[in-house]
Amino acid sequence: MSTLDTTLHADAHEHHGPAKGMGRWLFTTNHKDIGSMYLWFSLLMFFVGGCMALMIRAELFQPGLQLIEPGFFNQMTTMHGLIMVFGAVMPAFVGLANWMVPMMIGAPDMALPRMNNWSFWILPFAFAMLISTLFMEGGAPNFGWTFYAPLSTTYAPPSVTYFIFAIHMMGISSIMGAINIIATILNMRAPGMTMMKLPLFCWTWLITAFLLIAVMPVLAGVVTMMLMDIHFGTSFFDAGGGGDPVLFQHVFWFFGHPEVYIMILPAFGIISQIIPTFARKRLFGYASMVYATASIAVLSFLVWAHHMFTVGIPLAGELFFMYATMLIAVPTGVKVFNWVATMFRGSMTFETPMLFALAFVVLFTIGGFSGLMLAIAPVDFQYHDTYFVVAHFHYVLVPGAIFSIMAGVYYWLPKWTGHMLDERMGKLHFWLSFIGVNITFFPMHFIGLAGMPRRIPDYALQFADFNMVASIGAFLFGLSQLIFLWNVIACVRGGRKAEARAWEGAEGLEWEIPSPAPYHTFATPPQLPESLR
Amino acid sequence: MGWKIIKTIGSGLGLTVYTATASAAWEVNLTPGVTDVSRSVFDLHMTIFWICVAIALVVFGVMFWSIFHHRKSRGAKAHHFHENTMVEVIWTIIPIIILVAMAVPATATLVQMYDTSEAELDVQITGYQWKWRYDYLDHELNFFSNLSTPRDQISNEADKQEHYLLEVDRHLVLPVETKIRFLLTSNDVIHSWWVPALAVKKDAIPGFINEAWTVINEPGIYRGQCAELCGKDHGFMPVVIEAVSKDDFNQWLADARVAEQAEAAAAERVWTLDELMQQGEQVYLRACAACHLPNGAGVPGAFPALKGSAVALGDVAAHIDIVLNGKSGTAMQAFRDQLSATELAAVITYERNAWGNSLGEAVSPAQIARLLTPSTGEAEQ
Repeated sequence: MSTLDTTLHADAHEHHGPAKGMGRWLFTTNHKDIGSMYLWFSLLMFFVGGCMALMIRAELFQPGLQLIEPGFFNQMTTMHGLIMVFGAVMPAFVGLANWMVPMMIGAPDMALPRMNNWSFWILPFAFAMLISTLFMEGGAPNFGWTFYAPLSTTYAPPSVTYFIFAIHMMGISSIMGAINIIATILNMRAPGMTMMKLPLFCWTWLITAFLLIAVMPVLAGVVTMMLMDIHFGTSFFDAGGGGDPVLFQHVFWFFGHPEVYIMILPAFGIISQIIPTFARKRLFGYASMVYATASIAVLSFLVWAHHMFTVGIPLAGELFFMYATMLIAVPTGVKVFNWVATMFRGSMTFETPMLFALAFVVLFTIGGFSGLMLAIAPVDFQYHDTYFVVAHFHYVLVPGAIFSIMAGVYYWLPKWTGHMLDERMGKLHFWLSFIGVNITFFPMHFIGLAGMPRRIPDYALQFADFNMVASIGAFLFGLSQLIFLWNVIACVRGGRKAEARAWEGAEGLEWEIPSPAPYHTFATPPQLPESLR
Repeated sequence: MGWKIIKTIGSGLGLTVYTATASAAWEVNLTPGVTDVSRSVFDLHMTIFWICVAIALVVFGVMFWSIFHHRKSRGAKAHHFHENTMVEVIWTIIPIIILVAMAVPATATLVQMYDTSEAELDVQITGYQWKWRYDYLDHELNFFSNLSTPRDQISNEADKQEHYLLEVDRHLVLPVETKIRFLLTSNDVIHSWWVPALAVKKDAIPGFINEAWTVINEPGIYRGQCAELCGKDHGFMPVVIEAVSKDDFNQWLADARVAEQAEAAAAERVWTLDELMQQGEQVYLRACAACHLPNGAGVPGAFPALKGSAVALGDVAAHIDIVLNGKSGTAMQAFRDQLSATELAAVITYERNAWGNSLGEAVSPAQIARLLTPSTGEAEQ
C-alpha cells in the first residue's frame, strides 16, 4: 500500500517523539496529545458531574429532605448541568476532533497547533474557578444551568461573578477550538479529498464549529450583561430600570438552542462512521446526511423560543416557533432513516462500538419523539419545566451524545493505543449502561406527565415510586461507568495487538496508518485509498 | 403492589381507562383535567403519542429486522446500494405530511388558549419567594397562600400526610362554569403558576403581566406547583384551587370580608408580650424561617442571622421598617401587605425576644396599624 509506505518512510526519516516529563503536556502542540488531554479532562468532569447527579438522585430517592438542604440541592443541579454540558460533552467532542480530524483528512496536525494548546489549557482553569465557588460563602451558583435573570442577578449568591468569568473562559476556549477545526478541514485536506468526500465526522464537526463561532459570543454577551447588571448599575434584565427579564431568556436561548445541536451534530458524525463499518456497507445517502446536518444547523437559529412557550410570547410568535421546531423533525428523521437503510442488507457484527451506536439510534430517536411532543406548544404548557423535559433532554444527551462519545472512544481506542479492547468487558459496560440509563430516565417521562416539576428537592407522595426506580437506575448507570474507566486504562496498558485496520469493515485514511498511530502522521500528503477515490 | 404494576403496564400500553384517583403513585400519564381546554390538550397529547409510537414501530421494526436477518453470523453478504433518490424524497415528504396533520389541531387549541376575552372574573396572581398572592380584582379581596405542610413532615420527623407539599393555608376559591382570567406577575424572581387539571401554566414575571384563562367544569380541589426555578424553596410553593358552585363562591366572598374586618379589629386591643410571642413564633415559622431558619441563625453569605443581629437588637423603628418595607436589592421582601398588623407586631416582638435576643419589649399591633394606615388601599389587610 503506497500510502502506508510514504507515511512510514517520512516518519522514520524525521522522527522525533514526544518531549519528556510534564513539559510534554504543558507545551505540546501535537494534535494527538491535545486530543488525549481533552478526553481525559472530559472524563474527569464526567465523573465530577456524575457524582453531583448521584447526590441529586440520592436526595430524591424518597420524599422528604434527607441528605442535603434545598439551597445545596439547587447548587448541585446547576453545577451538574454546567459541568456536563461545558466540561464533559463539549470537550469530549473537541478531543475526538483533535485526534481524528487530521488523521481522517490526511493532515499532519491541526492548522493552528499552538492555539490548540491554549484552547485546551484554558479549560482546567475555567473549571477550577467554577468548582471553587462550591467552597465560597453563599455557595455555588444555584440558579440552574440556564441561569434565568433576575434569579441569577439581583438574587444570586456573590459567587456568580466567578461563574461569569468561568463561562467567558470556556467560551474563548470553544471559539478557538472551532476556528482551528474549520481552518484544518478547509485547508489541509489530502489532495483529491473534495468536500463531498469528507468523512461525515468531519462534516458534522465543520458545521458544529460554525455554530460555535456564531453562538458562543452570544453567550459571552448575555453573561456580560449580567455582570453589568450586578456590578455596574445597568438594568438589562430588571424591569424596575426599564429592562426585561424575558430579554435574558431570548438571548440565552439564541445561544442555547444551537448549543443543543453543538452537542449532538458531532454525535451524528461518529455514528455515521461506526454503523457503515460494522454493517460492512457504505453509508446510505451520504449527500442527504450532509444536507440534513446543514439544515438542522440553520433551523437551530430559528427555534429558540420553543424553550419559552410559557413566558407569554404573542400567539403569532408561538405559532412560528412551534412550526419551525416541528420542521426539525424532517432532517432528523432523514438521518435516522439513512442509518437504518445502511444496516438494511448489510453484513452486521455487534462489537462494543456498534452496540453503543445501535443504542444511540434507538434511544436518541425516543428522545426525538419526546422532542416532537414538546414542540406542540399547547401541550407544552403541560410538559414545560416538568420531569418530562428532564427525561427528554437526558435521552438525547446521555444515550445520545454520551453514548456516541463512548462508541467513538471504543471505536478509535485501537488506533490510539495499538491494543484491542477486551470485548467481554466492553459488552458488560454496554449492557449495564444501557439498562441503567433506561431505568433512570424512562420513568422520568411518567413522573413528568403525572405533574412533577423539575429542579425540586422534595416532592409529593404520588411521585415517590418512580423516583425511587430512577434513583436506583442512576446508581447502576453511574457505577457502570467505572467499567468504562477500567476498559480505557486496560486498553492503554495492553491487550491484543491491533492491526492498522482494526475493524474489518473500517474505511478511511485513519485506518491506513499503523496502530497505534505514530506521534506524527501524514508528514507528506497521502494518496487517497480506493474507497475514497 | 403486583396489581399496581400490572395496571401501570396496562395503562402504559393504553389498555386501561384513565382514573384520577386509583394507583396515583404509579401514575404514568397526563391528567385529562376538568376544563374543555385541558381535554383538548390531553387529546392532542395522546394523538401525537400514538403517531410517535406508530413511527417508532415502523423504523425500529425495520432496524431490528435487519439486525436479526442481515448479520454476518447468519452468513449475510453486504449489498452495495448506498443511495436512492426516490426513497429519500419519499421519506422526506411523508414526515412533512404527518407534521402538517399534527399542526392543524395544535394551532386550533393554541388559538383557543390565547382567547382571554369576555372574562367574568379577574384574579391577579403574584409570585413571591415562596408563596402566591391572590387578588380578586373586582371584589377588593386579596390574600397570600402559603405551604401548610408542617416542617416535621418535611424533615421526616412525622408521617407524611396524603397531600404532602401540595397543601396550603388558604385555597384559591373559584366559581365553576365561569370564565376566569388570570393576570400573572411577580414580586421578585420569575415563577410559573401551574395547575395540571386546568392545563394552565404561565410564567409570573416581575414587571410584566401575563394573561391566562380557564372555565372549570367540575367542582373539586385541584393542586399544582410553581414550575419555574425561583430559588431555595421553589419546591415548596404549591397552588391549591378549590372550585365551588357560583352560590358558594359568593357566600365565601362575603365570609372572607367579615373575617378581614375581625382581623383589623383585633389589632386595636391590647396584647400581652406572651400572646405576641406565641403568635409571633407561628408567623415567624411560616413567613421568615425559610430564609432566616427556625433558630434565627440564617445562612452565611445568603441570608443574615437574626439571632444577636444588629437589626433585631437595635433601634425598633429600623427593625419595623425593614420588616414592613423590605430591603431592595436583596431577597428581603416587604411584608406590609403580606401580614396583618397583629401578625407584624407579633413577629417583630418575637424576633426581638427569641433565641437569646431578650429586649423584653413588645411592639403593639396598634402601633403597626398606625404605620400601615397612611399607605393606600391595602392598609386594613
